[in-house]
Amino acid sequence: MIGGITALLVCQLAGEVLVRLLNLPVPGPVIGMVLLFLALAARRRAAPEELGRTADGLLSNLGLLFVPAGVGVVLHLPLLARDWAPLSLAVLAGTLAAIALTGRIAQALLRKNPG
Amino acid sequence: MNELADIWVYLAREPLAALAATLVAWLVAVRIHDACGQHPLTNPVLIAVALLASGLLAAGIPYRDYFAGAQFVHFLLGPATVALAVPLYRQIALVRRSAAAAVAAVVTGGAFAAAAGVAIALSLSAAPEVTASLAPRSVTTPVAMGIAEAIGGLPSLTAVVVILSGIVGAALGPLVLDLLKVRDWRARGLAMGTAAHGIGTARALSVNATAGAFSGLAMGLNALATALLLPLLWRLLAG
Repeated sequence: MIGGITALLVCQLAGEVLVRLLNLPVPGPVIGMVLLFLALAARRRAAPEELGRTADGLLSNLGLLFVPAGVGVVLHLPLLARDWAPLSLAVLAGTLAAIALTGRIAQALLRKNPG
Repeated sequence: MNELADIWVYLAREPLAALAATLVAWLVAVRIHDACGQHPLTNPVLIAVALLASGLLAAGIPYRDYFAGAQFVHFLLGPATVALAVPLYRQIALVRRSAAAAVAAVVTGGAFAAAAGVAIALSLSAAPEVTASLAPRSVTTPVAMGIAEAIGGLPSLTAVVVILSGIVGAALGPLVLDLLKVRDWRARGLAMGTAAHGIGTARALSVNATAGAFSGLAMGLNALATALLLPLLWRLLAG
């Protein structure tokens, strides 16, 4: 578990350093994700078991990690009261339209390539 | 009475209470979610946030004091984002043959999801920081919060909007796909993962393994494409 978490933290750290060095407009952990993916792909083998266990453990409780930031909604109650209409319309209509469009495009593109 | 006040001062100062409350609220939320047959509308993130937010408001505790303790949970979002590379790597072998079609569909759908949110917010004259918080709406939360911060949105508002988008997509998305006769499980998974990230992926996984794998792939691809492209486009368009 320590090995797994170390690998994740080292990739994140490398990502943060790269973002600052190259002035990238992307969050450091995202670059860390790319670095870890490239490292796994370069090995051309299954992901190390320890890393896999740590990643699965973190990702199976992913929801919990959103909670502290989500509670920050208490800071924005006036904003929510003011802009509830665009917020709820964007969330509802925007999300369902995106699902519809992505589904249709994917099905059309995949038709040439049956599973 | 004095003693009680001392205890209160201790609890408010130390991170222990906020940390424990966050974990207890999460466990309660998961229990409720399970008791309701894991119905997407009883999303545990939503329930836990509602419990803690109403607790803070009722007790008059400032968010900053709460976050001083809860930041230890929040910190794990970074390593968890890096960890998304592992399922992506596992699935890339599985979906390699459909990779080109998947990338094209996810990038188009992801761009549309971001544009639709911004267009709706602009047309209803939302505040600029609300518009910026809506742009990364369809991306998994840790990535979306980072993007929102980079383009002048409010990360905590983004987290709420992202979670709500995921719940809407997971609950109503399958009905939309049925209506449009999207029956290919790969296409259904890609649509759910692109627009409803991890919450949509959890739902897709529970229905069909192929849909789940493609949904996870779409979530990772969309997170990456949006994180790379949205801040650049935003900088170009917003000047």
